[in-house]
Amino acid sequence: MGKVLLLQGNQACAEGAIAAGVTFFAGYPITPSTEIAEIMAKRLPEVGGKFIQMEDEIAGIGAIIGASLTGKKVLTATSGPGFSLKQEFIGYATIAEVPIVIANVQRVGPSTGQPTSPAQGDMMQARWGTHGDHPVIALTPASVPECFTLTIKAYELSEKYRMPVLLMLDEIIGHMREKIEVPDYDTIAKPVRKGPRVAPSEFKAYQPDSDGVPPMADFGTGYRYHVTGLVHDETGFPNGSPAATESLIKRLHDKVDRHIDEITMYEEYNLDDAEIAIVTYGGTARSAYAAIDMAREQGIKVGMFRLISVWPFPEKEIAKLAEKVKVIVVPELNYGQMVGEVKKAVEGKVPVKPMSKYDSEPISPKELLEFVKNL
Amino acid sequence: MIEMRLSGSGGQGLILAGIILAEAALLDGKMAIQSQSYGPEARGGASKSEVIISEKAIHYPKVTNPNLVLAMTQEAVDKYSKDLPADGILMIDTTFVKKVPEHLKNVYHLPITEKVTAELGKALFANIVALGAIVATTKAVSVASITEAILHRVPKGTEDINKRALELGIALVNK
Repeated sequence: MGKVLLLQGNQACAEGAIAAGVTFFAGYPITPSTEIAEIMAKRLPEVGGKFIQMEDEIAGIGAIIGASLTGKKVLTATSGPGFSLKQEFIGYATIAEVPIVIANVQRVGPSTGQPTSPAQGDMMQARWGTHGDHPVIALTPASVPECFTLTIKAYELSEKYRMPVLLMLDEIIGHMREKIEVPDYDTIAKPVRKGPRVAPSEFKAYQPDSDGVPPMADFGTGYRYHVTGLVHDETGFPNGSPAATESLIKRLHDKVDRHIDEITMYEEYNLDDAEIAIVTYGGTARSAYAAIDMAREQGIKVGMFRLISVWPFPEKEIAKLAEKVKVIVVPELNYGQMVGEVKKAVEGKVPVKPMSKYDSEPISPKELLEFVKNL
Repeated sequence: MIEMRLSGSGGQGLILAGIILAEAALLDGKMAIQSQSYGPEARGGASKSEVIISEKAIHYPKVTNPNLVLAMTQEAVDKYSKDLPADGILMIDTTFVKKVPEHLKNVYHLPITEKVTAELGKALFANIVALGAIVATTKAVSVASITEAILHRVPKGTEDINKRALELGIALVNK
């Protein structure tokens, strides 16, 4: 039987992880994500899992990469300063193709910034924070129920494509409490990792199937292989030849590019007859729903395209949106980040107006309504 | 829709009070959102907990048109009652609040902490007294639901004293 609860976004994220079958968490507490660690510390022993508070943020992601290699589903949680520290290992998990999920509950930055105030200033860091060419999957929940469902989704994607998935919350969503109907966890399908179909002696750790994803063997089960951050070939051992390099970089991108329609998630709110489109995500989407409702009462034809998966960016869908509206507004709690991606996809077909707020307060529905009216 | 802001100093239990109020609303079959804002300090520093209760879905989680502001410190009155309309309810704990904005018409002067310390021996239950006063004033949730929500949240062994704190709060308004 499911239950009706009043939960925080952070709590729903932690519970979503438990529901998805996570049995290992390592991290270092940081506001405003601390509740995720706190709840995992309480919940994991109850489900036979393990929680380790590590010595720092880097060790937190290092430990989950190791645990994932043994077949566990794993989570770490952080905020801006910790997200910066984790970047190198995000790249490592990407090239070594280790499924991990990282929740980043965004606060005001740069550096220590404003620990208890909301921001959406890590969106480009999520895309390009780790160096080198690499694909990224990042999801942004806009409600407490969505924190639960998207966390489960993060594991589906991470296990299926063998790569890190970033859950980009913000302080608004992480800390607000609202109603959620939590299903019985037994009714939730646990994401499954594709295992080897050959004997250990014939196993090539990085030989991909036709979907571009190599089956993954759990460490400790007799399958021995080499894991490295260096460019490698099918055996897992370093191979720096131009052919091996090109083929690996291409395959890492292809895993996402070839499945982009399965990965892309968005919501359309009152867009059917809209002349003005608001493109936004996360906590700021909450302001947009309210502003759109007020605008509609005044006869203003405005709707929202809410990004749920922000990376890979839904370029095709935004290009289509630009065909049917007259102007696009991009409100976000930063100096202007996703607005650049929107502009790229729109290719000048319609004006794209940033509405950037970076004073540590959320955008109120009234502010957004005024902005739309003054276009 | 009713929008309420519970404000005071970190450690007065106002975030918990907001959670209890929102849980009571769910028990009544309504929608509710609770949010909070606080500084980096663990104790002290201005703190607010906001609760919105509605029959319909609530989009924006922050209070923008407060119907009620509870202020348990002078700093909280000064900082968090600015957007209260003239006919909105300001509820103050007279133990800590001495000055209220003159334009407000509906001010409840309640000796919350003083009274709870005298009657129950501890200032600790002031947040539950405040909940009693809020429910008695606004009828935002039913007494049955707030009682159930309180009992669900408080430590075992403190049920009776918390119930007395709630009754104390209701009596402060209905005296």
